[in-house]
Order: sequence, then C-alpha cells, then structure tokens
Amino acid sequence: MRVAPYLLSLPALLLFAGVVIVPLVMTVLLSFHDWGQYKGIEPVFVLKNWQEVLSDSYFHEMFWRTFRIAFFVTLLAAMFGAPEAYILNRMKSPWRGLFLLVILGPLLISVVARTLGWALLFGGNSGLVNKALISMGLISAPLPFMFTETGMVVALAHVLMPYMVLAVWAALQRLDPQIENAAVALGAGPFTVLRRIVLPQVMPGILSGAIIVFALAASAFATPAIIGGRRLKVASTLAYDEFLNTLNWPLGAAVAVLLLVALIAVVVGASRLVERRYAQVFG
Amino acid sequence: MAFLTLEKLTKKFGTHLAVDGLSLDVEKGEFIALLGPSGCGKTTTLQMIAGFVEPTAGAIRLEGRDLLATKPAKRGLGIVFQSYALFPHMTVAGNVAFGLEMQGVAPAERTKRVAETLDLVGLGAFSGRFPRQMSGGQQQRVALARALVIRPNILLLDEPLSNLDAKLREEMQIELRQIQRTVGTTTILVTHDQAEAMALSDRIVVMNQGRAEQIGPPHEAYERPATPFVANFLGKTNLVNGSTVRPEKISFGPSGLAGKVRTRIFQGNHWLYQIDTDGGLVTVIRQNTGEAMPVEGAAVHLVWTATP
Repeated sequence: MRVAPYLLSLPALLLFAGVVIVPLVMTVLLSFHDWGQYKGIEPVFVLKNWQEVLSDSYFHEMFWRTFRIAFFVTLLAAMFGAPEAYILNRMKSPWRGLFLLVILGPLLISVVARTLGWALLFGGNSGLVNKALISMGLISAPLPFMFTETGMVVALAHVLMPYMVLAVWAALQRLDPQIENAAVALGAGPFTVLRRIVLPQVMPGILSGAIIVFALAASAFATPAIIGGRRLKVASTLAYDEFLNTLNWPLGAAVAVLLLVALIAVVVGASRLVERRYAQVFG
Repeated sequence: MAFLTLEKLTKKFGTHLAVDGLSLDVEKGEFIALLGPSGCGKTTTLQMIAGFVEPTAGAIRLEGRDLLATKPAKRGLGIVFQSYALFPHMTVAGNVAFGLEMQGVAPAERTKRVAETLDLVGLGAFSGRFPRQMSGGQQQRVALARALVIRPNILLLDEPLSNLDAKLREEMQIELRQIQRTVGTTTILVTHDQAEAMALSDRIVVMNQGRAEQIGPPHEAYERPATPFVANFLGKTNLVNGSTVRPEKISFGPSGLAGKVRTRIFQGNHWLYQIDTDGGLVTVIRQNTGEAMPVEGAAVHLVWTATP
C-alpha cells in the first residue's frame, strides 16, 4: 500500500475531523442528554428530546413551515433566475458584464445588511413596497410583509437568486452555440426553441441550482431571524432560541440534527433523481 | 433562370468587408462548393442564405422569389452544422422528426419519413439512441438525415466533415455524394479543404477576401486556374520560367531542364521530389509504379508540356 497520498491528505482530514465531524458528533450526542430548568444538562442517554421533537405539533409546524418556505423560495428563484440567466447569456459584451455584476454584486454584501434593507422596504403599512404596489393599483390595502412567510420568501428569494443564476448560466454556457439556429432552420419559432430546445438542456442546471437554493433557504438563519422575528420561527431560529434563550441545549441539538438529516435526505434524494434522469442524455 | 441566385451579395462587419459583392447562379440539383481559407467569407455567405446573418447589400433569390423577405424559420433550408448541433436531449428519431413536427406533418407520415431517411443514411437501427451514445461519423449522418427529411429546397453544409478523421472523411465524402445524387437536392458546401470541394461538387467557387476568384467545375479550376491564388489554393504549383506547372505534370526525361535531386519523400502511392534547377526549386510528384526512381543527389532532366 502506498502511504504518501494518505500522509499528504492527513492535515486536511484532521482539520475536517476537528471542525466538522467532532462538533457534529458532539451535537448528536448532546441531543440524547437530559435537561432540566434547575439541574441543567445531565450527560445521560434519554430519548426525551427526540420524542418531544417528533411528537409535538409545535415542532411539526415549525419544520413544515421551514420546508414550505424553502420550496417557495426555490420556485421563485427558478422562475426569475432562469430567465434572468438566459437574457444575460444573450446580452452583448459590455452589458453582459455590467448586469452580471448587478446580479452577483449582492453576494459581496452581508446577508444581514441585505435583509435589513428588505426590512426597511417592507416595514409597517407605509413601507416602500406597499406604497409602490398601492400606487400601481395592484393592491388596495397594504400587505403584511414583516413577520410573515410572504416577506421571508421574498427576502430569501432575493438573497439566494445569484446561486440560481450562476447554476443556469453554467448550463447555458455548455449549450452548442448553433443549436438555436439549428432549431430555427427546421422551422421552430422563438417560443418553441425555448421550450423544446433550450429549456430541456438547461433543466439539469435549474435543478442543481434548485437543490442549492433549497438547502440554503431551509438552513438560512439571518433572514428568517430578521424578517420573521421571534413570532414566526423556522427550524434554524428555533434551534438558536433553544440554545441561547431557553438554554435547553439538548432540545436545540435535536432540532438542529433533525434539520440536518432532513436536508441531507432531500438534497441527496433530489440529486440522485436528477442524475438518474439525465445520465443517459448528458452524462 | 437559375434556381438560386446571389446578386452582388455584400456583408460588412464594422469596416471589415466579409463578403464583397458576390454573385452566383446555382442550378436546380447542382452541388456547389464555396472553397477558401478561413476568413474568406464563405461561412458568412452560407449564413446569409440561411438567414442567420443579414446582408449589408445585395439580394438572394430562390426560384425568383426574394429569399431575404422570408424569415429563417420559413426558408425551408436543410442545414448541417460543423458541430452538428444535434439536440442532445432527443433521440435520433426525435432529432430527425423535429423538422417534420414543425411543418405539422401527421405522426404516421412523420414516422414513415423518419425511418426512410434514417435508412438512407444507414442509421435505420439507431433511431432510439441519444446523440452522445454515437460516434462522430454517426452523429454526422443524423445531422444529414435531420436536414434532408424536411425535403429542403437547398441543403447547406457548413464544414460538415471537418470533425472526422481522414479515413472516415473520405468514406463520408463518397457517401455524401451518393446521397446527394439520390435525393437530388441542390447543395451548397462550405469548406476550406480543396480535396473535399473537388471530390464532391459540380462547381467550385474559390473565395478569397470576400470575393469569388473563380467559379467553375473542379477540373477546370484545377487545370486552368484564373489567378495565382486559385492555383495555389487548389494544389501544389511550380513557377518555372514564368509559367505555372502542377508537380504531377512534370516527369523525368533524357533531356530537358537540368537539375539535381535535393530531397525525395516516399508517400506510398507517389514520390515527392524537390529538384534544384537553374529556374529555382521545382516540386515533382511521380506515381509509384514500382520502378526504380532517381535518388537524392542524382542529376535529372525535367520535361513537361506547357498548359495552354
């Protein structure tokens, strides 16, 4: 057996084990410990926290909300991000770079700052978004955005949009530059070209973008914390509250581990599905 | 009146004249090759016929109708792209059927014509495959079938064989010629490969810097090149004592232009000689008949009959 490759990867493996595996295992162990208001954490093995998380409808609602929000964020990001990437890809040289910067620029700004920006736009009945919608005649009374799922979905979709644009952009780059002309020459109109030729080929890109956006939306913390506040909690803010406010670390750990497991299940399942569906065609 | 007419077709990109007043009459069923080095305007010409590039000036007429007034999707042309541009998410049958579907051909008729065309290109057994499961040569045939199945007015071939290896390219040339003869579709081939152009076409348009230097049958263009550019582009040439002579027209004789063999290269079916003479370096190609040939350093005499 050759030793050198293992030795060379040892530092990276040690770092990975130290900062990922160990804390993760500790969190999993923590979720089986007992906790009491006055006795604190007791390092024993009980299933109490898991029973609570899995049976209490309060937690069901929280997880259901988390994944519902993540689903709609993904949908919104795909609906806007995919056309955005397509238009961007068709732009000519100076504009393309400029608009790519406009779209990816927000990645350079802290999520907290961006979300606070949305909070300002949403804020109260006289928020800018409501004013704009009313003046356009789209709504007659102000919509509640702050502390609602709608607000969270809108803000998260904006925050995570660049990931979708990048994934679709990458798929578009792999398209044969003549493929649209080939379809046009065979008599296809612009809409048919999009629907029958371009969309099916960038679908893997949209789906991989969707997986990233879904995972990031379901595990997002800053945006739900600011827009949802303490009134409208999701799994990540719930875990945070259990840890830092109730101080019930074991219960918080159970929530965190459950979120992780559920997310891994969704992401792995989805990418398996995508791979199997497209392996034959795109390899 | 010609089937397809290009009239003083011109395309400017900025200040660069890509195609400079090209005029050409193509008869129905004819196989035309646009031949030239890269940047000579041959691909731009093809794209203008296809409708992907708008001419700056000039006209294109198909059976007397103004083709430029017709949208690219309605021109009814079959195009084989250099990259094939097959739809990777569709099966071979799906690819070939696409054009028929766009024309609104009924499913039963569609299936029949797809099968016929795949048989024509020798891919009858591959209809369920996806493009990436096929070799380059097979993909090329799919692209050809996809272009032919719609019974196009004109078949446009954009460097269709350049992605194939030499042996396969030769096989495809023969096959392409046979298929074109069978279906009788007027065909325009764009290529930078003079052997390909001469092997396939009825007439060659030798292009240089956006202009047609010579239009004529391959044999005529080769034997009687109108310009030095055409002579050089269509094959090796010697300039001896002011006249142009093809290397294969020169033979060794008992008397004639005296020279000395500088190099001799064996190429299987022929020998390639470089001879030092008073008139400069002369290239000579001699058929390999199995006989002994002059060796390097040998004194020789060169004879040829001057071309009219």
